[in-house]
Amino acid sequence: MPIISRGFSGRRGAEGVQLPPGQYVTTDFPVLSAGPTPNVPLDQWEFVIDHGASVLKRWNWKSFRDLPTERFTTDIHCVTRWSKLGTSWEGVSLDTILAEVDSADRYAMVRSYGGYTTNVPLEDLKSHQAWVAFRFEGQDLEPEHGGPARLLVPHLYFWKSAKWVRGITLVPQDKPGYWESNGYHLYGDPWREQRYSGE
Amino acid sequence: MWRVGIVRALHDETASARTLTLDVPDWPGHVAGQHVDVRLTAPDGYSAARSYSIASEPNPEKRLEITVERLPDGEVSPYLTQQLIVGDQLEIRGPIGGWFVWRPEQAEPIQLIAGGSGIVPLMAMIRSRASAVSSAPFRLLYSVREHGAVFYREELRRLTDRGVVHITYAFTRAVPQDWPLPTVRINADIIANATWPATLSPTCYVCGPTSFVENASRLLTVSGHRAQEIRTERFGPTRDR
Repeated sequence: MPIISRGFSGRRGAEGVQLPPGQYVTTDFPVLSAGPTPNVPLDQWEFVIDHGASVLKRWNWKSFRDLPTERFTTDIHCVTRWSKLGTSWEGVSLDTILAEVDSADRYAMVRSYGGYTTNVPLEDLKSHQAWVAFRFEGQDLEPEHGGPARLLVPHLYFWKSAKWVRGITLVPQDKPGYWESNGYHLYGDPWREQRYSGE
Repeated sequence: MWRVGIVRALHDETASARTLTLDVPDWPGHVAGQHVDVRLTAPDGYSAARSYSIASEPNPEKRLEITVERLPDGEVSPYLTQQLIVGDQLEIRGPIGGWFVWRPEQAEPIQLIAGGSGIVPLMAMIRSRASAVSSAPFRLLYSVREHGAVFYREELRRLTDRGVVHITYAFTRAVPQDWPLPTVRINADIIANATWPATLSPTCYVCGPTSFVENASRLLTVSGHRAQEIRTERFGPTRDR
């Protein structure tokens, strides 16, 4: 039984809005990063899929932007409890990107400029569930929000949507990435409230 | 897992911020810089939770302090700062976070940079430094609206007198009487004059609103600090408040 907070009524969300447990709606776009925002010039940007030892596929900004893009609208849920509804993005589907590599590995370690990593099962990056996004609300993605390009996996907590993404390492086994090694859940499903490790 | 905290004391830091002192009987202990989730529940079962930085140092008494800034359109902070009374119970989850932390075994110089209520987790680090066997050299650069908006003012003065931390204030909106400097936002000159140089390889902890942290961490990078030695915690909306 939760403890009742004497005199608390709260500010209820709008009727009919479906939110994962423990989340609240914000109209701002808060930022959560562990360190300084890296500066990534487009002429040096690259996105690489590798096996650890060997590179499977490499794009520079131009060849990446030649890939077909999608526009989509989705809700995002941050582990710090804010959710932002109906955000619109443009990016390249991971289905498009992964179609260019052949691998039996089942897990992905996503790598970012600045050294950040996060682990995602490969299955969660496929079937129209994940993108490398470079536009937000019709504008080029700002550096503080992950520009030039960030991963977007909106069905998982937002820390999985790695900012300043630079590549994916395919691995046979699931291993914790950066936040997952610092107290956060290995998988991070907001609908099952998988916030912290040990839950 | 939600734990029960009993409110033992309430103390106003400023006109809009209040420190809650809680006893959490089954508190597992924490490290300076971590945060907790606080949950409120209405009689009909509706609940709302928010994250707050811990202000208190690790201590054997299972005492937990958080300082809450009241947001005008907030859902939880007005309750915590205006309605809560001593003896009330709160639900607490945590401690959370393993990166934005300072441990007493760290011997390197420490540079703290706070913007507004971003002082809270940094205060836990200063208090931890003061209560532990540590001689780590601490500096704090504290950017704040005006003198009346400074959290923990008297305690920070005492800690300065004891040599625990060296503090530089940067007032952004109004300076105190007889203050020798104009209002200022943190810039390259201040970083050069009031923080540890990059050559000492300090670990830097920067906490405040997003735009503040973006600016301060960029200035640190430009002045030669390595990105791996700059740890940040951002809060609040992206636009300047």
